[in-house]
Amino acid sequence: MTIKKGAPRWAFRIEIDPAGGASPWWVSILAVLLALILSGFLIQLNGTDALRVYAKMFQGAFGSVFGLTETLVKTIPLLLCGLGVAIAYRISVWNIGAEGQFIAGAVGATGVMIYFPQLGPWESLPLMLLAGILSGGLWGLLTALPKVWFGVNELITSLMLNYIAFLGLQFLVFGPWRDPKGFNFPGTPVFPAAETIPTLGGTRLHWGFFVALAVVFLYAVLVKSTRWGYELRLIGANPKAARSAGIQIRGHVILVMFLSGALAGLAGMMEVSGVTHRLNESVSPGYGYTAIIVAWIAKLNPWGLVVSAFFLAGLIEGGFNVQTLGLPPSISSMIQGAVLFFLIAGDLVGRLRLRRKNTQEQGA
Amino acid sequence: MNLVSQLLNAAISAGTPLLFATLGGILIEKSGVIQLGAEGLMLMGAVTAALTYLAVPDLLLTLAAVFFVGALLGLLHALLTVTLRSNQVVSGLALTLFGTGLSAFLGKSIAGVPLPQAVPNVTLNFLSGVPLLGAVLGKLDLLTWISWFLVVFFQVVYTRTRWGLHLKAVGDNPATADVMGIRVQVYRYLCVAMGSSLIALGGADLLLVYSPNWIEGMTSGRGWIAVALIIFSQWNPVKALIGTYLFGALDTLGFRLQLAGSLVPPYFLKMIPYVITILVLIFVGWRSRNKASSAPQALGVPYIREQRQ
Repeated sequence: MTIKKGAPRWAFRIEIDPAGGASPWWVSILAVLLALILSGFLIQLNGTDALRVYAKMFQGAFGSVFGLTETLVKTIPLLLCGLGVAIAYRISVWNIGAEGQFIAGAVGATGVMIYFPQLGPWESLPLMLLAGILSGGLWGLLTALPKVWFGVNELITSLMLNYIAFLGLQFLVFGPWRDPKGFNFPGTPVFPAAETIPTLGGTRLHWGFFVALAVVFLYAVLVKSTRWGYELRLIGANPKAARSAGIQIRGHVILVMFLSGALAGLAGMMEVSGVTHRLNESVSPGYGYTAIIVAWIAKLNPWGLVVSAFFLAGLIEGGFNVQTLGLPPSISSMIQGAVLFFLIAGDLVGRLRLRRKNTQEQGA
Repeated sequence: MNLVSQLLNAAISAGTPLLFATLGGILIEKSGVIQLGAEGLMLMGAVTAALTYLAVPDLLLTLAAVFFVGALLGLLHALLTVTLRSNQVVSGLALTLFGTGLSAFLGKSIAGVPLPQAVPNVTLNFLSGVPLLGAVLGKLDLLTWISWFLVVFFQVVYTRTRWGLHLKAVGDNPATADVMGIRVQVYRYLCVAMGSSLIALGGADLLLVYSPNWIEGMTSGRGWIAVALIIFSQWNPVKALIGTYLFGALDTLGFRLQLAGSLVPPYFLKMIPYVITILVLIFVGWRSRNKASSAPQALGVPYIREQRQ
């Protein structure tokens, strides 16, 4: 970059600092707004009134007590899966397999219901919790171990495992776990009352909401004030320095992928036990994929996750609501992709530096 | 003999979409940019092909539209990764999510509408007397022949031309390439745009030849399998040809076993390509454990002229 000699002394220029820097929080909000505008433009091009679509989405997601509780119900899995992938992204492990880990957790928890039908609530719920967490975690290890041992790209493995988990789920609910009294409807029998998470009042919102918030709080504390959290932050900031400091990156990758999967598994367990009360093939409307956006909007910040999970839950709930206008619910995934585009473009904002032009400078 | 030629034909028709996508991915990655948006690009290619061909049944126009859409999305990826130096992994993920959603949205009105045969077959009458060859090569569709031409074309370009050598420099060591006077950013923009078009063409081939009606999410992970095939093929077009047909064969194997009344539940047969993908990557990783990777050395690293790498 050559600077013309004799540039005025008051001249400033905008530079991109390659060392980077965190972009401010309002970039996320700006990205969401721009994505809504872009998607609105596409909806308009398709011949539908975009403002009406958005009004309908907003009304559906936040406009009534029913809509709001449904949005909160969807916040739970998004928050847990989003936290799971955020932990992995912190050390640059690209887990996009939360969907499969979620399914694994739901299947593990349902297994308890199927194979131990005689337990009371005090045995069965903890056992289901454990089963969900372990199944999700082990599904996560299927991604971590090939990565650590053979250098296999975790993006591909975790995504392939999503398809495998979904086909396994289909096998179970169409085959051995199918409800014999279900009129050929593919799904397990309904969970007995002892194996469902109690709900709040007359709504569908269950106690898992507070479990999810507690988990986020626990993570925020652990990352901020433990040695483990410090090491994670160090690996995330500079893996080479971390390795030189004697940190075992492999061990961290394995543990983090287990945790990441376990959180998604916990979400899966709570979804079958708290919301659907039976396992069927549509247990997840893509929570695991939306979790990626949740984590990214929040910039991996634990409390930001709560806000972004709530927002995206509203987007999904609102997306279901526009089906009456003849639009596919997939518009919400279109908006999600657009949000991600604007977010990463917005990362640039954090790297912009205003520099005064130096008249003596000949070139760099 | 009949069975062998049937299996080969099935492998070719299932493998060709993957071959286009893998060749496109190799082109992009050779320039040093990671492209994980293949799934979204293939879906956008497929839906563009369906919409265009149903509106104006003209193959050339359809392919041009697919190329245009692919290049446009590719330019978006290039803008983000090359110019704005955003995270290449996340940009690719965004492209996949956006493409999946947008294609479902655009294709809503034509979901399930069957398309007439759009791609003509190339009939080679002089082969009809030759046993196996006649049955396999005698009646292939035009796009398959184009994909083979592209394999040869890219192999020659990468290994025998000045342009290929420059591309290697851009992908391995952009700073040196820059000093040599090669315009790194231009190469990267061109490769990402052209490669993305080829990936979209893979989606169009899936729709026009392999299963001619649009279904939401119809690629079912093929974009990601193509990403795995890039690694499997070690960024080599000829190996990509072998790899994609191997996968095509496996893909159809499950289907054939199902038709033949296999006792294994169909869900497990459908898992085969995904399981194989993981196993293949493990094998590739294990085999090359002590070797230097043949990936472009600057893959995923944005080039900034003012900064030392």
